[in-house]
Amino acid sequence: MLEVKNLTKAYGEKRAVDDITFTVNRGEILGFLGPNGAGKSTTMNIITGYLSSSEGTVTVDGHDILGDPIKAKAKIGYLPEHPPLYLDMTVREYLDFMFDLKKCKLPKKAHIAEICELVKITDVYQRIIKNLSKGYRQRVGLAQALLGNPDLLILDEPTVGLDPKQIIEIRGLIKKLGEKHTVILSSHILPEVQAVCERVIVINKGKLVADDTPDNLSHAMSTDHKLTVRVDGPEDGVYQLLRGLPSMVEVQKLGVREGSAYEYSLEAEPEADVRREMFKRLADRGWPILALRSSELSLEDIFLSLTSDDKPGIALQDEAGQEELSKSAHELADSLDGDAGAEENGGEA
Amino acid sequence: MFAIFRRELRSYFTSPIAYIYIAVFYALASFYFFGTALLSNSTNLSYVFSYLFTISMFLIPILTMRLLSEDKKYKTDQALLTAPISLLSLVLGKYLAALFVYFIGIAITLVFGVIIAAFTPPDWAVIFGHFIGLLLLGAALIAIGTFISSLTENQVIAAVGGFAVGFALMLVEALTSVVQSPLLQSVISGISFTSRYQSFTVGVLNFADVIFFLSVCVVFIFFTVRVFEKRRWS
Repeated sequence: MLEVKNLTKAYGEKRAVDDITFTVNRGEILGFLGPNGAGKSTTMNIITGYLSSSEGTVTVDGHDILGDPIKAKAKIGYLPEHPPLYLDMTVREYLDFMFDLKKCKLPKKAHIAEICELVKITDVYQRIIKNLSKGYRQRVGLAQALLGNPDLLILDEPTVGLDPKQIIEIRGLIKKLGEKHTVILSSHILPEVQAVCERVIVINKGKLVADDTPDNLSHAMSTDHKLTVRVDGPEDGVYQLLRGLPSMVEVQKLGVREGSAYEYSLEAEPEADVRREMFKRLADRGWPILALRSSELSLEDIFLSLTSDDKPGIALQDEAGQEELSKSAHELADSLDGDAGAEENGGEA
Repeated sequence: MFAIFRRELRSYFTSPIAYIYIAVFYALASFYFFGTALLSNSTNLSYVFSYLFTISMFLIPILTMRLLSEDKKYKTDQALLTAPISLLSLVLGKYLAALFVYFIGIAITLVFGVIIAAFTPPDWAVIFGHFIGLLLLGAALIAIGTFISSLTENQVIAAVGGFAVGFALMLVEALTSVVQSPLLQSVISGISFTSRYQSFTVGVLNFADVIFFLSVCVVFIFFTVRVFEKRRWS
């Protein structure tokens, strides 16, 4: 359905997208994960023909986006980061216009009504877009992308700025759309991608760092060796017992939680699963486990592990490499912080 | 192309721009018509048309200033540029919408002809000659204005740029008397909109002048398409 080969976009010295190659098969829902400024939007803009690549090719269903743009673009429905809405038009006028602009062949009235029903904008159909809330604008943008039932849907951060209820609705809608369309969805929110996508591509600083199913990705970054456990028993006794477990690397006391129960964070060697052994030993002593959970990985942890997986030699031996790594993690954290503060900044030039 | 043309035309008439432009144009044109023709018992409309040259120069940037800059600013160009249409039909749709509004403005001159006809049969051939001249002038200026509008996302800059170019085209004529070189003189009078347009107002339909204005349209529409092309690559 979509073939992206050696895609590179250079702005002077800076490479916003650096040699990205991937294919998307018909009917797939592909997640595009990365922090702000990673090159997600740029990649999507190139795929849809809004920008041109410096190098590399994009082929949509056999049509090159530069060689045969009209045929390629007819197959794509695109929701950019900022929905391209004419604020002075009503929803009806806008969708009419987009329908004509895309030269859709379907029966106009019925098709538009069907899409409005699908994205739930029927009740604002006659209103001027300027007066709609962010959530409704996003949906009108989505409706616009769906016009003409394009084979390939490209959605750039479709849930940004929506309230939690709307986010769940839109995710459900995207899943539903994935039954009939091929969908590419970008996000910087990991759970979102996990909830919706069958396959995930992770990019950082314009480079592709992972391409896998969400399950495999979380397996590869398995969190089983990092646990938080709550045990009802004497703090030091439990601590000593936990330390004595085979292949345990580090145990930290997290303090008292409920009554005489204390919490500890454990880190075992990678690949080691200490849960069974821990249960047996604690049961022998009569210290019940009240809670056991994997320590949650944040997006920055995943990026760290992905980038360090990429170049283990450098990460372990080369000090400079390590410095660079921690620097990139730092930048990542900054960009995530910035995100939480101001969703609107989103300038992925 | 027709989708964009219709949307653009609609947008002219839901914003005050088209109304202001048409009202001002009608008012000024009628003032000169009254002053130069009705008041002096003359059927000669050539004075009206030569004043309309200046009026068009100043009003056309208002029509073209938001044509492409607004799309860039509000990112609606993402919808236009990712739609399955060619860049040329995108630019032409916008261009023709502006030209159509301009046409509504200059159509008042035909009404002047009808008013004169109430007193004495006018020379319709001359009036149509004038009209075609004014239309061609507008078509050329709108093409230039469209081009300027594609360069910026700021409407004010697009408007001021349009005024500046219009003014320069008006004043360039004056340079001919200053410049010594006969070659440069002929180049300047060749690109001077004023002298090209003057031949229409004296009732001469010169083929070379028609071609001149049409070429300006083609060149600047082509430039505008290239601007979009270039923006993708940079």
